[in-house]
Parts: sequence; C-alpha cells; structure tokens
Amino acid sequence: MWRWLHPYAKSEATFALNQKLLPWFLIPGLLLTLVGVIWGLAYAPPDYQQGESYRIIFVHVPAAIWSMGFYVSMAIAGLIALVWQIRTAEQAVLAIAPVGAVLTFISLFTGAVWGQPMWGTWWVWDARLTSQLILLFLYLGVMALYVAFEDERAGGKAASILALVGVINIPIIHYSVYWWNTLHQQSTITKVITRFESPSIAPEMLWPLVVNIFAFMGLAAALIIMRLNNELLRREIHRPWAQKILNTGDKENSDAV
Amino acid sequence: MATATPETSVSSILLAATALSSIRGERTLFADLSMTVRAGEVWQIEGPNGAGKSSLLRILTGLLPAQAGTVHFQGESITQCRDEYHQSLLFIGHKSGVKPELTAIENLEFYAAVQGQPLVEPPYELLANVGLVGLEDIPAQGLSAGQQRRIALARLWLTQAPLWILDEPFTALDVAGIALLEARFAEHVGQGGAIILTSHQPVNAEKFPLQRIALRYQH
Amino acid sequence: MANAARIFIQIVKRDLRVASRQRSDLLNPLIFLLIVVSLFPLGVGPGPDILARIAPGVIWVSALLSAMLGLERMFRDDFRDGALEQMMLLPVSLEVSVLAKIAVHWVMTAVPILFIAPLLALLLNLPTTAWGVLWVTLLLGTPVISAAGAIGVALTVSLNKGGALLSLLLLPLLIPLLIFATAAVEAAVSGLSATGPLALMGAFLVITITLAPFAVKAGLRVSVN
Repeated sequence: MWRWLHPYAKSEATFALNQKLLPWFLIPGLLLTLVGVIWGLAYAPPDYQQGESYRIIFVHVPAAIWSMGFYVSMAIAGLIALVWQIRTAEQAVLAIAPVGAVLTFISLFTGAVWGQPMWGTWWVWDARLTSQLILLFLYLGVMALYVAFEDERAGGKAASILALVGVINIPIIHYSVYWWNTLHQQSTITKVITRFESPSIAPEMLWPLVVNIFAFMGLAAALIIMRLNNELLRREIHRPWAQKILNTGDKENSDAV
Repeated sequence: MATATPETSVSSILLAATALSSIRGERTLFADLSMTVRAGEVWQIEGPNGAGKSSLLRILTGLLPAQAGTVHFQGESITQCRDEYHQSLLFIGHKSGVKPELTAIENLEFYAAVQGQPLVEPPYELLANVGLVGLEDIPAQGLSAGQQRRIALARLWLTQAPLWILDEPFTALDVAGIALLEARFAEHVGQGGAIILTSHQPVNAEKFPLQRIALRYQH
Repeated sequence: MANAARIFIQIVKRDLRVASRQRSDLLNPLIFLLIVVSLFPLGVGPGPDILARIAPGVIWVSALLSAMLGLERMFRDDFRDGALEQMMLLPVSLEVSVLAKIAVHWVMTAVPILFIAPLLALLLNLPTTAWGVLWVTLLLGTPVISAAGAIGVALTVSLNKGGALLSLLLLPLLIPLLIFATAAVEAAVSGLSATGPLALMGAFLVITITLAPFAVKAGLRVSVN
C-alpha cells in the first residue's frame, strides 16, 4: 500500500495523475447528465400514482446515494492521511467535504420539494431525511473544524480524524435513526418513496435513474479532482512546478485552474 | 546552518538526530540538521526568535514530528522506544507544566511519582534551596512567574533522567537562581548526564563543556 | 503494566485535587442543567401529562447541552499551563493517561447529575416507575459523553473558539445516545421492558470507551506541537 501510495505524497505527482484522470470523469459525467436528465424528465413515463412529480427522484436518489458514498471516500482519504502521513490525502479530505455537503443538501432540498405534494408538508421526520440531515451536520463539522485552524496542516489532520470518527459512527446513527422512526409510529406514505428503490421499480424508470446515478458520480468526482488540483497549486504556488504550470498557460493544464 | 562538533567516542551516545528538517507553515526552519549528544555534554541551541529553537527541542522530545529525519535514543528510534525514552527524559518547555491550583510540593510529588521515583518526604530543603521556602502551602497561582518557574526547575533536583531538554531555563531567574542552576548542570553532566538547552543569555561555560549549535533565521 | 496503573492513579489523584479547588466550574453546568429543565414547564405549560410525555427527552437533551459546557475543561487548562505536553511525555502509552482524564471528568461531572436525576424526574412529573431506568440510562450514557467529548476537546483545544465548535462536532455524533436513552425511559414509562435500548446503550458505551482513546491521542498530537 505504502509503496503504491508513496509517489503521490508529492503534490506534483498527484497533480499530474489528476490531470490524466479528470477527462475520464468529466466527459462521461457531462454526457450521462445530458442523457439522464432528458431521458428522465422527457421520456420516462409518468408514475400512475404520483404523476409527474415523481421525476425528482432522478436528482434526489443519486444525490442521496453519493452524499453517503463521498463521506466514506472522505474518511478513507483521512485514514490514508493519518496512517501514512500523506499531505495530499489531507487535501483530498478537504476537497471532498464541500462537494459531499452540497450533495447532501441537494438530497434534503429535493426531498422536501418532493414531500410537499406527497405529504402535504415540506418536512417530515422520516428516517431517511433525518439521517441525511445528520449527515449534513457531520459534513459541516468537518468543514468547520478545518477552517477553525490557522495552520492548514493541523486543520487538515484534525478534519481527517473527525471524518474517521464520523464514519465509524455513521452506521450506528443510521441504525438508531431508523429504529427511532419505527418506534414513533410513522405515516404510511413513506412507503411510496421506498418503492422506487426496491427492485420492483419499472425498467423505464429504472434505467434513466441508473444513468443519473453514474452521471452524478462522474460530475462530483470531476469537481473534487478540480478542487484538489486547485488546492495543490495554491499551497505550492511558489514551487517551480506550479509556476511552470501557471506560466505556460498550457491548454490542457489550465482547464482545471 | 548546523555545526556539529566531531567526536570520537561512540559508546556513550545518548541522543542522535540525523538530517532533521522542520517546516512551519510556508517557511523552512531548518533542513538537514544533524547532532549527536553524548553523556557528559551540554548543548546550547542558539539563534534569533523564530529560528526554530523551540521546534528543534520539541522534535527531539518527540512532541513534534519532523518533516524529515530521525531521532535515535541510545541507538533506537524514539518512535520505537517512546516509553523508555520518556522514562529517561526530562523536558521543561516554555509552559512550565505546573498546575496553578496545586502547591509547589503537590506539583513536585506528582512529577516524581509518575517517573517512578516517589518522594519519601516533602522536599523542604530543596524548596529552600531554590528560594521557595515558606511558600510550600500556597497554590502556585498565588506565586510570581519566576517562582512558578522555580517549581518546574526544582524537578531537576528530583529526577534521575539522564537526558534533560530545557527551553530557556534561565528566563525569569535572578542571578542567584542562575548560578544555582549552572551548578546543578555541572553536577548532572559530571554524573554522566546530558543537557540540551536554549538560552538568550550567554551560558557560563566554566563549569562544564558547552557545545553550540546555531540556527539562522531562514527567509 | 505496573507503570500504567501507577501513572493512571497519579493522574486521577492530581486531577481530582485540582478539580476540588475550582468547585464553581463543577457547579455551574449542574445549575445550568437544573435551570434548563425548569424552563420547559414555563415554556410548554405546567400540565402534568405533557410534562411526563416530554420528560425523558427534555432531561436527556438538557444533560447533553450542560455536558457541552463543562467538557472543554478536560484538556484546556492542561494545554495552557503545559501539563498536557508533560502528560504526552510520560513513560506510558498516551491512551492510559487519556483514560485517566476521561475517568476524572466523568466522576466530576456525571456523578453529580446521577445525584440530582431524581430531582429532575420530579420536576418534570416523570412516573416513578421510570426513575430507575432513567438513572441507568444516565449511568450508561454519561461515560459516552465524557469519552466522545474527549475526542472533540482534543481536536479543538488549541483553538480559541472552543465552545460552539465543540458542540457542532459532538452533538451529531451523540444522537444515537439520545435516541437509545429516551427510548429506554419511554419504554419504562409505558410499562414495557427497557432492556433492549439499555443493551444498545451498553454496546455503544463499550465501543466508545474502546475506540475513543485512540482518536483522542491522534487529536492531541495534532493540537500539541
């Protein structure tokens, strides 16, 4: 693991790797978004029960899935940062956090918008929404802890530790919230939403959803790579390699800057 | 940058630092610094404010990780033999480590006990020697900065640790206090101990041999 | 091992002594807890039914909030006077010293809460059948607050803006505790068995006490340098 990771402890090597990876996420991400959004919004059939309003799942579900997924990847980056003392991994934690927080926020917002016609209210203490809300708090905690430090390295390490503590706690939070929800008798309407994530979802709706899930991953990953590269350049702005990239105005490199 | 004195004896090496570098924020404090501390030596680290003297001391204690380089205690990396190393080390930093709610004696009792050398009886004589007579029962917060500093330094008379790392030990001491401390240093190195210290004041090198290492302010 | 036990005892002894000389710091969170709990009847009305209904949640939320007030003390003073860096140079694994700090914090902050718990239950008209379970939830839950709190304090001790940030970091992590504890008390109120949620609390306690010292150690290494 160490031998494989070691070269990427250097900002320059990570930057170069990122530049190679970026198009592989960005281009499919953009294409799939285009396909998924048009397919989902224009061509997928309306739901027999919810009519057109169900179409928000094409945003809601991918955002919810990746909000959790990126928290885990953030914690993995944190683990690498702490165990192998790799600075670029700390920066990856901080590149991921705001993107994940925005995804969480999108899933909460779309959940509320969806809930309005479904439940007749913007907010219901539904297990899914509640655990997304707590996830948002966890993301905010990581970001707030980082900015509280003047020393960026110390802040990065502290944020990595918190991300790890959070990821250990997430399954417990998740379980406890679901349990809490069944304990306090809930409206049966939540079942309607659950239906979309069960295999019984109609294939005409499932396929655009799958496309959108991958589209979200591609776009979010591309954003994270761009954020990370900006940060790498900013931290080492006086180093020759960064100067070279900034000065040449190289077309390929400047995309990310 | 660093000027280490060559020496011949290998057997009595207490602490060996190899190719240390430290970066705080954007600035490199020092790079590729090596030093070898043997039994019976006193090392003074010199340099202007912000040159990294305290950082170097903290790296040597293991409190602060170095950006590069290693520190070995009696041939073993201090990250590998942390407990043994800390058993043999006495560090007094900028902050004295004296609990202000406790009296001088309570503070000293704690540090003696955790080092495994509990005090048989309260060290009245020692307190008298370091000029704290009559103040034994006052919580340290009621004492002056210099007196609190003396409580911390009194640990030097109670410890059996061979290696001392002291950050500005002479600060806030009067002439008599400095003389007392220098006498204790001479006694310690005479018994085969070693001391690494920083100091703004010139250290009187009559009583013990003094090695110097100078850090420059790097821009 | 003998080394570890000796140092553990010495730290506990010293910190209890220090704490006994700053009693107001200990008393204030307790008074805060009492005040917050008595604000609820004023806010929602004194009807005994509604008070009994919200009592488990109110007591636990107030206990969490008051714990946030006193947590910072765990490492803050030691950080300022240098005792923390001396603690990191003791000839023992840092986890041992950390456990000693957590133990002292628990004794000084949670034990008083265990004493006034019946008073809180009385103020909120909690049925007496549930008092025992409330007490057990506090007994099992407060060490979790101390241990998880130590992580938050270790991460923020070098910053000058502890308070609000500390709550932001910790409260989301302590949500399972709140859920399990209130569920247990509510079960007891409605005459059901509370062993399920209490067992979950026990498990959460074991996990926290086992893992927290490692996270605290990592946090202290970041804060003290």
